[in-house]
Amino acid sequence: MHEVSIMTEALRMAMDAAKSAGATRVLKLRLRIGSLSGVVPEALRFAFDVVVQGTMAEGATLEIETVRAACWCATCQAEFECENFFNECPRCHDVSGELRRGREMEIADVETS
Amino acid sequence: MCQECGCGSGGDDVKIGAHTHEHEHHHHDHGHSHGKQTLNLNRSLMEKNALLAERNRGFFRAKKMLVLNVVSSPGSGKTTFIRETAARLGASLRVGVIVGDLATDNDAARLRTAGIPVIQITTGTVCHLDADMVAKAAAQLDLDALDVLVIENVGNLVCPADYDLGEDLRVVLLSVTEGEDKPLKYPPMFHSANVAVITKCDMAVAAGFNRDLALANLNRVSHHAQIFELSSKTGEGIEAWLDYLIKQRTAVNDK
Repeated sequence: MHEVSIMTEALRMAMDAAKSAGATRVLKLRLRIGSLSGVVPEALRFAFDVVVQGTMAEGATLEIETVRAACWCATCQAEFECENFFNECPRCHDVSGELRRGREMEIADVETS
Repeated sequence: MCQECGCGSGGDDVKIGAHTHEHEHHHHDHGHSHGKQTLNLNRSLMEKNALLAERNRGFFRAKKMLVLNVVSSPGSGKTTFIRETAARLGASLRVGVIVGDLATDNDAARLRTAGIPVIQITTGTVCHLDADMVAKAAAQLDLDALDVLVIENVGNLVCPADYDLGEDLRVVLLSVTEGEDKPLKYPPMFHSANVAVITKCDMAVAAGFNRDLALANLNRVSHHAQIFELSSKTGEGIEAWLDYLIKQRTAVNDK
């Protein structure tokens, strides 16, 4: 995937927010990544170490919260957790492709000083 | 990080048509620090592209143009499919193409043989097109002289899935020489497609293509997609696709 592009964008958003708040350093970034987003957390960490160099976020920590994917079952009118895009509802065994969670690529918050 | 596609380099090498573009750098004044604080952002990392894509969509809509984003693995037949589509539509719908590749303008040259306007984007190391590249390339086309804009994405079934370009229809190609399980291997791309086209059907027998299995896999992953089976080379099955395209363009025109 394009983990470096994604990490570069996360860092840009974090630094813009920090500067607007009058901070001079970024201490921590917290990302929310869906289990079916296609983004690999290890690759994000690797990219993070590279892109922060020489910026106000150098030395910052990266926290990645994984969001477990969930599908919506229209028959049961309820969600169920899933590992793939297309899954059988464990209750009624209907196949659902309506993913409600798991594709997230978000920046949650940033700690600054 | 994906070492093959190297898509992290952020587009500094991107060339659109005859021009290169440079990124602008903004400088901000820094205030004073106020000790440790947590800033809540809760924003999508794809937000910038999503905004630019919606801007493209609004612009294309105002131009009453049908916009296709054609995606597939390398070698599935995107260029031939687009060239034949444009050539067969002829005067009934005027087609223009934006084509993305890491390097060379070979595809653009092949497309120009259909007598249509083509803008090449060479992405350098970037493995997908984004909404910004498309906006800049579209500015180099005479859009008022077009009814359909086809964007031929970089041959890649992974990264382009996440980049909305502002298209009306995402068209994914699967050729009979590829595995029937491609939709299962690349679900985000196949799931996001509005149209799935099985190409190179004239080679199906030689390739030992299991049509039922491919259709079952497509129906599973791209269950909402319109499916076409054709050969761009022989023209077999292409009429149904062209009829569909004409109807879609009419629908855009009526919006």
